[in-house]
Amino acid sequence: MNNMASLFLNPKLYDKDIEQIPTRNGYGDALVELGKTRKDVFVLTGDLAESTRANLFQKAYPDRFVECGVAEQNMMGIAAGMALSGATPFVSSYAVFVPGRCWDQLRVSVAYSNANVKVAGAHSGISVGPDGATHQALEDIAITRVLPGMTVVVPCDYEETRKATIALANMKGPAYFRFAREKTAVITTTKTPFVIGKANVLTTGKDVTIVACGPLVYEALMAAKQLEAKGISCEVINSHTIKPLDIATITKSVKKTGCCVTVEEHQITGGLFGAVAEGLARTFPIPIEAVGMPDSFGESGEPSELLKKYGMTDKAIVKAALKSLKRK
Amino acid sequence: MSKRAHLSIRELEVLAYELRQDVIQALVEAKSGHSAGPLGTAEIFASLYFSAMNIDSKKPNMPERDRFVLSNAHICPILYATLARRGFCDRRDFLKNLRKIGHPFQGHSNNHWGIGIETCGGPLGQGVSQAVGMALYARQTKQSWRTYLMTGDGELDEGQCWEGFMFAGKERLNNLTLIVDRNNIQIDGFTEKIMPLEPLADKFKAFGWHVISVDGHNVRAILDALKKAETIYEKPTAIIAHTVPGKGVHFMERDYVWHGKPPNPEEAKIALKELRTLQGRITSEHE
Repeated sequence: MNNMASLFLNPKLYDKDIEQIPTRNGYGDALVELGKTRKDVFVLTGDLAESTRANLFQKAYPDRFVECGVAEQNMMGIAAGMALSGATPFVSSYAVFVPGRCWDQLRVSVAYSNANVKVAGAHSGISVGPDGATHQALEDIAITRVLPGMTVVVPCDYEETRKATIALANMKGPAYFRFAREKTAVITTTKTPFVIGKANVLTTGKDVTIVACGPLVYEALMAAKQLEAKGISCEVINSHTIKPLDIATITKSVKKTGCCVTVEEHQITGGLFGAVAEGLARTFPIPIEAVGMPDSFGESGEPSELLKKYGMTDKAIVKAALKSLKRK
Repeated sequence: MSKRAHLSIRELEVLAYELRQDVIQALVEAKSGHSAGPLGTAEIFASLYFSAMNIDSKKPNMPERDRFVLSNAHICPILYATLARRGFCDRRDFLKNLRKIGHPFQGHSNNHWGIGIETCGGPLGQGVSQAVGMALYARQTKQSWRTYLMTGDGELDEGQCWEGFMFAGKERLNNLTLIVDRNNIQIDGFTEKIMPLEPLADKFKAFGWHVISVDGHNVRAILDALKKAETIYEKPTAIIAHTVPGKGVHFMERDYVWHGKPPNPEEAKIALKELRTLQGRITSEHE
């Protein structure tokens, strides 16, 4: 049973012509919206204004836009200095560079200093495609969620990214959130609730729990539909916040279903699977299968080819769900 | 209202030697920590905190305060000693509890304790960007406070420093004053052997900075340079302060082995006597 109505999901969710918008556009649009009222919001970029969509803010509020050039370590430190003086800076770059290239600055200048910096990692996951392995951020969730005091959010679509950007601006403390390059299905609507740290149960089921984050939430929903056709009822949870993880909602679900699959566009180690496994090990240990990058670097290719090759599709989720059911 | 302390040059010179004694006492108790840098920068800290900077120990978070960022945060004993003498924290607590669990006087300075420290430091280079961010924010929001930044010289090996310097030059941050503790040593040896920095002044100039070189133990010269920096139009200022590492204790001076170790109690006794008597110039002291 899906909760489309109560969560105000896109009525065209299961249609072939569902709207497709890149999640990063939600970031750009939200920044412009924020800029109107929030004079403390500054946007920084490291020579990536257009592709992170920070250029929209730049056009609207040039005085609060900071071009740092190709120097991510300095950019992260500048953001910390600004935040400690009263600003709410958003650091915009590719996820391979922030946090990939400035983790020490994120750790000390931002997290340890408790600076109110929001770090936006664009072009995350393998679906960045042809640029190849160096530009496919598949470790960013792991290296950010390990830092004390960090909030880590992986929005599932354009709408949720827009809401996450605003919610993070309204929250005090350091945070990381990531976007995808490609157009992806818009699952939610303006009315869908979004609260940091509160997972959304998208479909209610009794046989298997599927916990997903990012644009792969859509694949999880498609997999659930295929499983329903086989008579397997799935509870699909959009765990948009990786830290603090909503372990209460996940635990409640697996107490009913008895098994779980995690779905993420990230290394299986240290990301959503890691977080869910750590949580359930303490609350209610059950079999968990992981859909994600199998301890490997990526390569150049079309996003759909890569997701298929490295096992991050609806079919892979169905397979993992059947495996977890067997292990019950 | 300005909260500058306005000590005289003579008073600042005496204070610098008192700060050195506090540093030695705290290091002996701590049994670990850095000696050379803190001793070498006492005049600079005295000049900043007791003359140049607009700060108020009763209101450590006062919005219009000048900011100081210690990027070479391993020399924090001199910062703690200065903050204690300026009333931001308890001096006895510092003398007893440097690097001790549960106390503000952590091995590298951090901003968790409300004692007037702005940022967390330790990994070198980070303070440069933090200070640049502060200066940029002040400029963009039309606030008149100034940002003071200190770095070591070995620290300038870090690429992040030069990213920050390049940015500050581009943004013409004339509300930013950097003081480089140019003491020519780093952990493994002399800077010009480990990783040559010269011509350092020319490098800063090439990055769009105004450069002033001073004797880092000459209080008048330091104060003049700090004042001059406030008048420079559309450029950040780098004050290259030539200092003697371990200044004031003859067996520590200019010897890089004292970069990262504290004196033992016997060495401390000699050091404290030298500091009290201005290296033996005062001969009337009782044993």
